[in-house]
Amino acid sequence: MSSEKDNIDIKDKDNKKEVKERAPITTALTTDPARLAAMKAAKKRLHRRRGLKDWALFTGYLTPSLVGVMLFFFLPLIMILKTSFQKSTTNYEFVGLANYDKVINNDAFRDASWNTLTFSGIAVPLAVVLALLLAILLNSGIPAQSGFRSVLLNPMMVPVASVVLIWQVFFSYNGAANGAGLFKLFEPDKIDWLKSDYAQLVILALFLWKNLGYNMVLFLAALNNIDDEILESAQMDGAGALRRFFSIKMYFLAPTIFFVTIMSLINSFKIFREVYLLTGDHPYTNLYMLQHFMNNAFKNLEYNKLSAGAIIMCVVMIVIVGVLFYAESKFDADVEG
Amino acid sequence: MDPEVSRQRREEATKARRKVFTVMQRDLSFFEQMDESTKEEFFKKEKARSLKVRRRRKIVNNTSLTIGIIIACAVSILAIVPVFYTFLNSFMSSAEISNNYGVIFQSLSGHADQGATYLSSSPSMTLVPQRVTIEQYKNLLIMSPTYLLKFWNSIILVVPIVVGQMVISCLAAYSFARYRKKRREVLFFSYIILMLMPFQVTLVPNYMISEQLGILNTRWAIILPGIFSTFAIFLLTKYMRQIPNAYIEAAKLDGAKEWQIFTKIAVPMCSNAIFALTILLFIDYWNMVEQPLVLLTNADKQPMSVFLSQINEAEIGIAFAASALYMIPPLLIFLWGEEYLVEGISRSGVK
Repeated sequence: MSSEKDNIDIKDKDNKKEVKERAPITTALTTDPARLAAMKAAKKRLHRRRGLKDWALFTGYLTPSLVGVMLFFFLPLIMILKTSFQKSTTNYEFVGLANYDKVINNDAFRDASWNTLTFSGIAVPLAVVLALLLAILLNSGIPAQSGFRSVLLNPMMVPVASVVLIWQVFFSYNGAANGAGLFKLFEPDKIDWLKSDYAQLVILALFLWKNLGYNMVLFLAALNNIDDEILESAQMDGAGALRRFFSIKMYFLAPTIFFVTIMSLINSFKIFREVYLLTGDHPYTNLYMLQHFMNNAFKNLEYNKLSAGAIIMCVVMIVIVGVLFYAESKFDADVEG
Repeated sequence: MDPEVSRQRREEATKARRKVFTVMQRDLSFFEQMDESTKEEFFKKEKARSLKVRRRRKIVNNTSLTIGIIIACAVSILAIVPVFYTFLNSFMSSAEISNNYGVIFQSLSGHADQGATYLSSSPSMTLVPQRVTIEQYKNLLIMSPTYLLKFWNSIILVVPIVVGQMVISCLAAYSFARYRKKRREVLFFSYIILMLMPFQVTLVPNYMISEQLGILNTRWAIILPGIFSTFAIFLLTKYMRQIPNAYIEAAKLDGAKEWQIFTKIAVPMCSNAIFALTILLFIDYWNMVEQPLVLLTNADKQPMSVFLSQINEAEIGIAFAASALYMIPPLLIFLWGEEYLVEGISRSGVK
């Protein structure tokens, strides 16, 4: 015992000796305040230069995109922000919020906002839930899983313009949907689907047809990513299929559900293309979307009204996306913490 | 201590640790109490019971599997029918088409009573053409070269956009992935917002800028904003951030320049994502209708998608063939690159 202690003491002494030997050099460097300051400054400069070099390098990589985005997106957005406060395209008088007032009190704008909102409100949850159900179905050990996946993903690749014709054949007054008696579900008489209160249903079908595959692939990937061991041990502990789904799978699926919701929301705002292709500039009232309003305002050269509308839409989009991203980051922190 | 006793104790302790309890003995006695006939009867009963349970489980499994397959088949058929239908109908003769669908397009264009009588008063949704001809394709490709021109218009708009956007996006995404300071993140978020904007929000701005630059009504008015679209940057940045830092550090230690890290590590490691994104971009721009409608009013330069949206009664005879032809490039790309596409999509959602 005593020998060990001695050893330590000797080591300590050695250490002290070394420190003492080194000490004069360090003190010589550190006691000189001017030199110290110079060293600090040099270090700072080096850091800044390195930071600046990094900044310059990576900004260089970003430049092509930044120039284009500035020119074609940011600058124009500022321009329309300006025009939204002006009286007209020829009269640059500042009119404050008059254009916004006009737009918000415009019946067409209100209808369009309402239609867009209701469509997204119905279509997005449906797209998420149905895609999840399909993914679970394909993941449950069905043979030829990849075959089904290809077929279901296929509509995503088909240009809408190509299938518009078929949709018209299906859903016109003399079309196949009426021929098959589908109208009996809703009304006793034949329906001209795209010009009736059920027009949104047709567009909903087209939206789901096009987007379910993409969402389903996302969910399939997430389901495959779940560790089998966790599910197995839960099964051993006596968790039934439903319990396993809601307590384990849903937990791991949550980030994907967020992502799919965001993507579906974006796509639901883009439904205008389909509606336009099917019904043209002036569709049945419940299909009149915000983008119709914009397009028609554009054609009538009402740039100021249009600018105000675009800014409102822009702000709403930023709010929605901001809330979604905030929720996602909150949730992520929850999962990781 | 007696070695025999200690051995026994050790054994018991091991059993206890392994949770093997000596229930076996009671079980044995349970069977030993029976005589041969009751034993046999008991075993027979047990066998029958387990067989029943197994059979029931098998039936439940099989039926649920069958129901699953039926549902999957039904959904698949719904998904594929429009495509299938278009292709089959494209092989009908023009006469047969107008015979079958004349009624529909009469009611669509709203002049049902302006003459033009059709043989049948209700449309017949025949899947298989009565007589397979390539008459539609002949009409489309040989008799009227305008359609070929539209097709070419589509290609010449889409290819530069996809290639340009991919190149610029790779560079920008690399920058966003490697340089993460607060102000950069704000810029990145604004890029995301731009990606999410519906086209109509940027419609007027785009129009004004094109006018200022003097490129309105030329292809550049569509190509340039397309190239600088931020969609690909968002997803590529997500992938590039997944590249382990160790790779980059190792390359740096070996004296690699930033450009070398970019071309030799970042791009190859994201090649699948790049393929997938190329496919996604291609289909997105192949599909575009709004931009050419507003920014490219010259009908000669408009792509096929706009033409297809304006097809009317007079051209119904070739509409199916035109639709089918327009579908072929994306479908071929899909068949060729499905693996990449699926992987690219999958990885974009999983963190």
